[in-house]
Parts: sequence; C-alpha cells; structure tokens
Amino acid sequence: MSIRIYVPSDTTARALGADRIAAALPKLAAEQGVELEIRRNGTRGLYWLEPLLEVETESGRYGFGPVKLRDLDSLLAAKFWLGEGVEHPLALGLVEEIPYLKKQQRLTFARLGITDPLSLDDYQAHNGFKGLRNALALSGQAIVDAVKESGLRGRGGAAFPTGIKWQTVADAPAAQKYIVCNADEGDSGTFADRLVMECDPFMLIEGMTIAGLAVGATQGYIYCRSEYPLAVKNLNAAIETAVANQLLGEDILGSGRSFQLEVRMGAGAYICGEETSLLESLEGKRGLVRAKPPLPALVGLFGQPTVVNNVLSLAAVPFILDQGAQAYADCGMGRSRGTLPFQLAGNVKQGGLVELAFGPSLRELMFDFGGGTFNRRPLRAVQVGGPLGAYLPESQWDTPLDYEEFAKVGAVLGHGGVVMFDDSVDMSEQARFSMEFCVAESCGKCTPCRIGSTRGVEVIDRIRAGQNVDNNLALLADLCDTMLVGSLCAMGGMTPIPVQSAVKHFAEDFRTNAVEEA
Amino acid sequence: MVTPESAGWEPSVAQAIIDEYKSKPGALLPILHALQDRFDWIPDGVIPMIAQALQVTRAEVHGVVSFYHHFRTHEPGRHVVEVCRAEACQARGARALEAHAKASLGVDYHQTTADNNITLEPVYCLGNCACGPSVRVGDEIHANVDAAEFDALVDALRTERVEVLG
Repeated sequence: MSIRIYVPSDTTARALGADRIAAALPKLAAEQGVELEIRRNGTRGLYWLEPLLEVETESGRYGFGPVKLRDLDSLLAAKFWLGEGVEHPLALGLVEEIPYLKKQQRLTFARLGITDPLSLDDYQAHNGFKGLRNALALSGQAIVDAVKESGLRGRGGAAFPTGIKWQTVADAPAAQKYIVCNADEGDSGTFADRLVMECDPFMLIEGMTIAGLAVGATQGYIYCRSEYPLAVKNLNAAIETAVANQLLGEDILGSGRSFQLEVRMGAGAYICGEETSLLESLEGKRGLVRAKPPLPALVGLFGQPTVVNNVLSLAAVPFILDQGAQAYADCGMGRSRGTLPFQLAGNVKQGGLVELAFGPSLRELMFDFGGGTFNRRPLRAVQVGGPLGAYLPESQWDTPLDYEEFAKVGAVLGHGGVVMFDDSVDMSEQARFSMEFCVAESCGKCTPCRIGSTRGVEVIDRIRAGQNVDNNLALLADLCDTMLVGSLCAMGGMTPIPVQSAVKHFAEDFRTNAVEEA
Repeated sequence: MVTPESAGWEPSVAQAIIDEYKSKPGALLPILHALQDRFDWIPDGVIPMIAQALQVTRAEVHGVVSFYHHFRTHEPGRHVVEVCRAEACQARGARALEAHAKASLGVDYHQTTADNNITLEPVYCLGNCACGPSVRVGDEIHANVDAAEFDALVDALRTERVEVLG
C-alpha cells in the first residue's frame, strides 16, 4: 500500500526547495523499500514552515517542516510516513491543529494547501462550483443582490462596495460587457492574489463566471503581472480544464449561458494596478491613467461597461453564492464585513497568509500570529497596505483591523499586506524610497505625480544630508499636500501617505545630520 | 564568446508571431510578450512590422515598448538576474544584497557583465514577501538570498554556460 505525501508547489515553497524534495523523497524511500506517492498541493500559507510535508492518514494530515534536503534521511529513519506519534524535531502534529492555522477564519482560502491546485475533482470535492450551480438558477439581479447583502467591499484596497459596482454594470445597456480581474498584485508585502491563482485557480474562474452571469458579461480577462509566471501557467491550465468540462466557455453546464475567459500578462508596470491604467494596458496601450468620470463600470474596456474587481473580491464570490450572503456578512465589524486575507511579510518570524474576520488589532496579528521579528530585534515600524500605505509606530498598533478604524489614524488597510521593520530601519531612507518608487512607476500623465516625486527625492536627500532641515521639511510637507490633492490617481495621491507618516511618527530619523542653527 | 543563436533575430519568425496574435483585441502586449519570449528582447526592427500589422504608428508601438519595464530594447546577457528592491525585502536585507550584487558583478542595474553572462535588473516585488530577499532568474524564484547565496547562484549560472558550450 502506498502512502500519500503532500509537497507544496507554490512559488515560495519552490523558492525554498520544495521541488528538489518532491524529486528526491520517493527515490530515497524506495531504497528503503517504502513506496511513497507524492502529491503536490498548493501551500497552507504558513511560510516559516515551508517546505511543509504532509502525511495523509486516517486521523488527518500530519505535518513536518521546514524540511530541507538534508533532513530527508532522518525523516525516513524516524518512519515519518506513519504520521501520528512520530518523534522528529520537525514533527508538527496534525496540520489543522497548528494554532496559526486553527485560529484563522478561512472562508476564501478554505481549500488552500488542502487540494491539488489543478485537480478539478479536488476542487469539486471541497465545495467547488457549488456557487456557480446556484447562480445559474438565479436571475442576474438576484446574484447582484446576494453580493450586496454580503457586504463585500473591493479587496484591492479602495473598499468600494462590490455589489454596487456590479449593479451599475448590470443596469448599463450594452451589447458587450466585460469582467476584468485586476491581478496586477504589485504591492510589496502582498501575495494573497498569487495564492489564489497558483493554489486555487478554479475559485477565480468560478467567481468571474458568476460575475458574468450577474451583469450580463460574456467575456472576461485576467490581467496578471508578469512577475507571476507560475500563476499565469496554473490559470491557463485551469481554464483549459474548466472549458473541457463545460464549466466555462459555451453553454455552461447546459444552461445556454456562456462566458469566455482569457489571461493577459502585464509587463512590469506598477501603475497598471490602477484600474483605468489597467484597461488602457489591456487595450494594448501605454498604461496612462484615465480621468474619472466616466466610471469604468459605464465606459470601461473598449468603451464598454466593465466590472473591474481585484482577485480577492472575485474569489470571495463563490463562497457567498454557496454558503449564502449572511454567512459572509456574519463575520467582521462595523462596515467591514467578511474576512480579509492578511499577509505577514518583511522582518517577521512567522510570515504567511492569515485570513481573519475584520476586527482584531494589528498587534495581535503581528505578535500572536507573526511572533514578532524574524531576527529578534525590536519591531519599530510597520507598513500596512503596500508602498502607498502608512508606516505605523507602536502607538498605533492597537488599531483594529477595519477599513474605517485605519482611516481614522491616517492609515490604510489596502490589500492587507503587513510589512514589519526592526529598529535598524532608517525611516528617512524609507520615505525617500517611497518617492523614488513613484518616480520609477508614475505613468507621467499628471504633473504632481511625475514631477512631484522627483522633487520629493531631492528634498528628502537634502534633509538627510542635514541641509536647512526645518525649511526643507516645510517644503516637503507642502509638496506632499500638492501631490495629495492634485494628482489624478492614487499613485501620486497616496505616495505622500508613507512619507508623511514617516516624518510625523519617526521625526528623529530626519534630523540625524541636522546642524543646530544659531 | 559569440553565441550565434542569440546574436540576431529572424524577421520571418517575428512576422509569424505577429500574425498569430494580431487579430486579438488589444493585441500589442501579447505580441510584445511573444516576441520577447522568443528573442529575449524587442529588436528595433520589429517595431515597423508591428505598426504595419496593427495599423498604428511606429511612435505608438515605440511608446508602449518604452513604457513597460519588462520589455528590453537591448539584447541581454545569457541570464537575467532580477533583484527585488521592494519594502518587504528591504526589511530583510535587500539593500545590502543589491549593493553586493552590483559590486560583485561590477555592473549597475540594466547592465550586463563583461563576460556577457549576467544582466542585472531591479524588480519591485516577486510576491515572495515572507521569505526575502528574493531573486528571480528566468522563471525561478530564490528565497532568503544573502551575499553568499547570491554568489553561489551566480557561480552556478556561469558554470551552466560552460556546460552548454562544452
């Protein structure tokens, strides 16, 4: 009888050596007369334990990690394939009992790391395509109503109610409408979109198809960044399987409805995560931001009504249509309903994906889950919400994880990325980087962003050099204000957020070289 | 040192690629990706061919090529090594890594080593943010890359070339 071992296959697990382990393990085992069947799951998203091997037993899946090639001999000597009761330094017990995982509310990521990403059987055995089957029996308006009732808000960062956006597109008369998935996950510290696409691609396909049924769109595009080659590969494979099984394409499940889906690759431009820039790029143009109005919901891709949603927004939809809007809305606090998949990154001991209902504090997330810093130095600053998000000092770490609560302290939750920095960080250098990043990534259409960011780098350089610090700080504040109110989109409009938060909360870092003037 | 396979690009191959994709809606990016996948860069000579096929001006095609960081207008070295510069990797030592990469290779970003082996490029996030600093070579991502790891990686790439030629 062969024993089934799961070896993760997402980008991070591979970067940590999972492929080499998957290749070496069965050979080494065979030499000892043990037959192991290797299956590739996605990842549980517990990255400090990757590569995390799992042994399937009748009482559940037992984990061992982080496994390096050199550990395989001792794992085999300990008969790790027995799972339960195995004594080995890397033994973790039942994976689902690991507190980091057990304490989460995985609604969107319910299948993460459990299934083989490209196995349609696995997907359907774990509630896959139930939402679509329900949706096929509903009117478009009923689907839109369900999404409204769920309270789902755009998970890309802007947090606009998804149901309202869908309603606008549904109500717009047009012969052709589109569903566009924004998979240009450029924010540093985020990888939840990647996890959906690499580890559960059918979920995104299902969510987009439901969106198409809801608003009357028959064509969808997934705009995925070129930095994610494995995501593109898995999406294309899953689309092919879905079409072959009549779950996508013409006459879905015999309903007479159709929805076509295509993956398009970005080309390394951060700005294309801005929805109008993304649409320009999909049309084959430079990713220049469009002025709004008109809203993309009315005049979007190729001038037609278009739903543009983030991966996580669309990925939440199958759950809502399967388990019901109320089940989703029951989680969360205030106007932030449901869950947000947070991503712990940077200098963190236990980095990974933490899907939680809105409400716990940032501190709980960073310490109860993250375990503090990786190198044991004191944590000093935390950037939440990507390169356009604020740096939070310790005085703000008790802020609840909620869109409105974060807004109250001048911060953003954004896409849920949490990047932790220890006390060796120089916050004036981080502020400079924010401006430098905007120089590199501005689309160039509006002046505050294009020129303001260049001037911002120069001003911060003078401050860091100790030149006329007070006056230059005043100039920087003025410049930030101009960018904030004068930019066409969030790129220039939010770049000042990390800069201003650094100046406000870490002022001493901007006076390191300041000369006391008489 | 001359590598005949990559020294040029064949117009007939380029034309076949352009013809394959030109009727897609918004075909320009898919065409450019396919060309770069085939030739490793976007040679100047393909620009009028694309403009002709899509009925747009050369200036428009050039504008798109130059807008996106991913598209290269110069032939790269044998291997393109991308070092992540973004915040999550900074928090784990990416600034020291990029300084080491530049010094040890003797090049700045967007440049190629004298032996034509390595082109160094910056990248802003590879989505490997819990296990940085991250480096990408081809479609492979490497995690927790410190100076020693980087040197080993580069050595392996250089050795690989000898094997290919040998």
